[in-house]
Amino acid sequence: MAEFLSEATIKERLDAGVPIVEFDHVSMRFDANEVLRSVSFKVAHGETRVILGPAGVGKSVLMKLANGLLMPDSGEVRVLGRSLNEMNESEMFAMRAHVGMVFQESALFDSINVEDNVAYRLEEEHVPPAEIHARVVEALQFVELEKAIAKFPPELSGGMRRRVSIARAIVSRPQLILYDSPTGGLDPITSTTIIELVVKQRDVSHTTSLLITHRLQDAFTLATHHFDQQTGHMEPIPDGGIDPGTKFLVINEGRVVFDGTTQELVRSDDPWLKAYLS
Amino acid sequence: MPLASPEALAKKIVSSVQEYSLLSARAVADLFSTPRYIADTYTQMDSIGFGSLPIVILTGFFTGCVLALQAAVTLKEFGAVNMTGRLVSLSMVKELGPVLTGLMVSGRNTSGMASELGSMKVSEQIDAMRALGTDPVRKLVAPRLVASVVMLFFLTIIADACGMAGGAAVSVILLRLNAGAFLHSSYMALQYGDIVEGLVKPLFSGFIIATVGCYYGLKTTGGTRGVGQSTTQAVVVSSVFIILVDFLVTQLMIGIFGR
Ligand SMILES: Nc1ncnc2c1ncn2[C@@H]1O[C@H](COP(=O)(O)OP(=O)(O)OP(=O)(O)O)[C@@H](O)[C@H]1O
Ligand SMILES: [Mg+2]
Repeated sequence: MAEFLSEATIKERLDAGVPIVEFDHVSMRFDANEVLRSVSFKVAHGETRVILGPAGVGKSVLMKLANGLLMPDSGEVRVLGRSLNEMNESEMFAMRAHVGMVFQESALFDSINVEDNVAYRLEEEHVPPAEIHARVVEALQFVELEKAIAKFPPELSGGMRRRVSIARAIVSRPQLILYDSPTGGLDPITSTTIIELVVKQRDVSHTTSLLITHRLQDAFTLATHHFDQQTGHMEPIPDGGIDPGTKFLVINEGRVVFDGTTQELVRSDDPWLKAYLS
Repeated sequence: MPLASPEALAKKIVSSVQEYSLLSARAVADLFSTPRYIADTYTQMDSIGFGSLPIVILTGFFTGCVLALQAAVTLKEFGAVNMTGRLVSLSMVKELGPVLTGLMVSGRNTSGMASELGSMKVSEQIDAMRALGTDPVRKLVAPRLVASVVMLFFLTIIADACGMAGGAAVSVILLRLNAGAFLHSSYMALQYGDIVEGLVKPLFSGFIIATVGCYYGLKTTGGTRGVGQSTTQAVVVSSVFIILVDFLVTQLMIGIFGR
């Protein structure tokens, strides 16, 4: 199998501050529907980038572009400094080994059970069976679903499927996790559980991530909470502090309308942004 | 549905043919490089081969029965009833065995593949597979291709045998022919070229069943309704293709063997 970048090069590039994901004037259309128009932004190593925007603006499309599941009509997407346009099919598959993805509708394989779903990538990589089992159990414990290990996806609730999907994305310890609306359509309590998982992943494993959400509340929870390893729970950062690694990207009508930190977002005086946030 | 202009329609057809050829070529190329999904291939062989056994045995047997009955009526006028075996075996091995097996398996498995892959496509499982670093053509299409080609070959042999058995049963029980004479005349009628013809056809049908089923499955869009549509289209297209290719192979074999 072709290699994307060697481990040494990846480390070197991360230390040199090369962005994990970089969109460079990316445009995308489906027939007459122009979804993204010249979108540019960068996501640095260790950053959690929250993507906001009204329904149907192209957030999911943007996420698929980041993983090479879709190719842009013009512009360039770079992952760890390498342009996806220049990669061939097998390099692309090698690149995706460093990326975990949680799909909007979970997209679990419904003909195999939870264990095999979570183990899928490890089996593809020919990890020894004993190690696979241990890591699957660990990932399922992380999402608190180890009891569901033998169940099939159609037997699970929406929230459980979402959590299995998160376990499947983190089991290979990727450099980058893409969460597409992990709390969409869930009740507030389950949503909070899932946001807690994201915070835990951020503060414990320090993985870079992109996260789409419709719930502003979730976005602000992410920015204002941290994971306390002593209590094992998510807690508000003391003194109204804000997580410095959490940044925002707001998209409307195919364009980036905001790209910056939490403070900048709440202080912005763009009228559309104010209306959207209120 | 709005009427498409002839130009747009032609473009659509050309691009479908192109995509289909590309998919088939990639599936074949994937057989010659690693990783290969051997376990998936066995699962598919079980579902396509063993799963189709009942319908193939039944269609084969009753086709043989009908052939013997029909042949006897006509042959009686010429006083040649003992030629029944010859007619049954030639029609079965050269034509009806391969084509009917192809059509039956196509009805059963092309639809199965198109709907399974189609559901996976619309529920983003295909995208998830790519995101997890697996090439769906390698994992889904190549095993189905190998399984259908191999299994259709053997299923056709079984159908031929069942057809002969059916013909023999009718000849002996209903037409009061001598069993030994029936089998002897059917055996003597077959020549090398007939067998080759009968065994080359299922290779093509197997290829058509897998590639058409997977092609329509993978290009499904538009939710559950889209899955239904691609399933129907896949069965129609593969059935027509099987008969068309049967005609072409027959032509070719007549060219080669002169019969
Ligand atoms: N495969 C596709 N073919 C055609 N159009 C598509 C395709 N995928 C997305 N679109 C179009 O792109 C636009 C953006 O879709 P996308 O799914 O990215 O929205 P979104 O921002 O994720 O919305 P939501 O918040 O509801 O999930 C929509 O208008 C959609 O119709
Ligand atoms: Mg979406």
